[in-house]
Amino acid sequence: MAGSREIRNKIKSVKNTQKITRAMEMVAASKMRKAQDRMKKARPYGEKIRNVAAHMSRANTEYRHPFLIARDTVKRIGIIIVTSDKGLCGGLNTNVLRKALNQMKAWQAEGEQIEVCCIGNKGLGFMSRVGASVTSQVVGLGDTPDISRLIGAVKVVLDGYTQDQFDRVYIFYNRFINTMKQEPVMEQLLPLTDDRMQSSEQDSDKSKTTWDYIYEPEAKPVIDDIMVRYVEALIYQAVAENMASEQSARMVAMKAASDNAGNVIGELTLIYNKSRQAAITKELSEIVGGAAAV
Amino acid sequence: MGTIFHLDIVSAEESIYSGPVEFLVAPAQMGEVGIYPRHTPMLTRIKSGMVRIKAQLKEEELIYVSGGMLEVQPDVVTILADTAVRSHDLDEAKALEAKRAAEEAMKNRESELDYAKAQAELIEAMAQLAAIDKLRKRGH
Repeated sequence: MAGSREIRNKIKSVKNTQKITRAMEMVAASKMRKAQDRMKKARPYGEKIRNVAAHMSRANTEYRHPFLIARDTVKRIGIIIVTSDKGLCGGLNTNVLRKALNQMKAWQAEGEQIEVCCIGNKGLGFMSRVGASVTSQVVGLGDTPDISRLIGAVKVVLDGYTQDQFDRVYIFYNRFINTMKQEPVMEQLLPLTDDRMQSSEQDSDKSKTTWDYIYEPEAKPVIDDIMVRYVEALIYQAVAENMASEQSARMVAMKAASDNAGNVIGELTLIYNKSRQAAITKELSEIVGGAAAV
Repeated sequence: MGTIFHLDIVSAEESIYSGPVEFLVAPAQMGEVGIYPRHTPMLTRIKSGMVRIKAQLKEEELIYVSGGMLEVQPDVVTILADTAVRSHDLDEAKALEAKRAAEEAMKNRESELDYAKAQAELIEAMAQLAAIDKLRKRGH
């Protein structure tokens, strides 16, 4: 019976693990709902500000914001990597980081310099391990993508762009497709591409008319403000999507872990019962054998 | 048309108001502006304060916004409300903070590596102890 106690202990420890993973699954499920709500609530703002930015880019010709001007030579690239702060969410962070790393290698092979802005702990840890130069970071965002926490890190990148430190800015994050599926994506943030500006312009022909705005107090600061807010809204949206992705990936991963634990418990119980049965049979046959010998 | 226009007040975190209104007063940077339907197109910053809205057949409504942008088209008005308190200096301070945190993390990279190394060694030592323990049990 030496093995049976070990098996019993093992079953107990797997059961404890299962309790934890099941609790984490339920926590993630409730957080996921909230994160999805937040993601959806952020959409109207993104759409409105895109419309305004699109109107503006057509209306005003004398001042073009630097975010709209594409540069011919690309030497330095800024990337923003959005990851989660915590692990245990399946391959979510690994996928987006692998995508980013492959892209970075390709850029480096072309002789471009890369600087990284990390949003989220996992990305920061990874980037400092691989030795990328991290210019700014935000970690510990919690469960709400608080825009006032993001502003600082984003400003470093945007300022870098306006001051010609970067010629292009990309963002990497996990796009939320549905609860079961999240996709790592790379998007060009700056310069703003035309299709980005026009993608929600299907509303009517009316939006094609150019507005001759009155700017108060002046055109430049107002346009600057709107452009910065627009880019911030894009980043906010990416962070909100990444958070919804994180929670649903965690829920799925924890569900898989609980199921696996259930399987392991089943197998171990079977082995335990078999060994118990074998021991009883052995004892019985010994007794019978002994009685026959007498 | 003519007597009402569509108003949207949105912030990054939620949609605050959406619907037809007759009249609106917003705290623009250069002073309060009142907007009736078919106002000239206008773009301006707004300060934090109350936006007064009069919808048809309804009481006047007051909504607080903490600053943002106001876009006026003849029959559509959009207020893009900020969720955070913004000012140039504040933004600058936050940017510096984010930069400093990154620099510190880069500086501490070495010590972090040492930590990881120590942890790996510790795990190895623990595994060895466990193995010895097991062997001892089996042997006797």
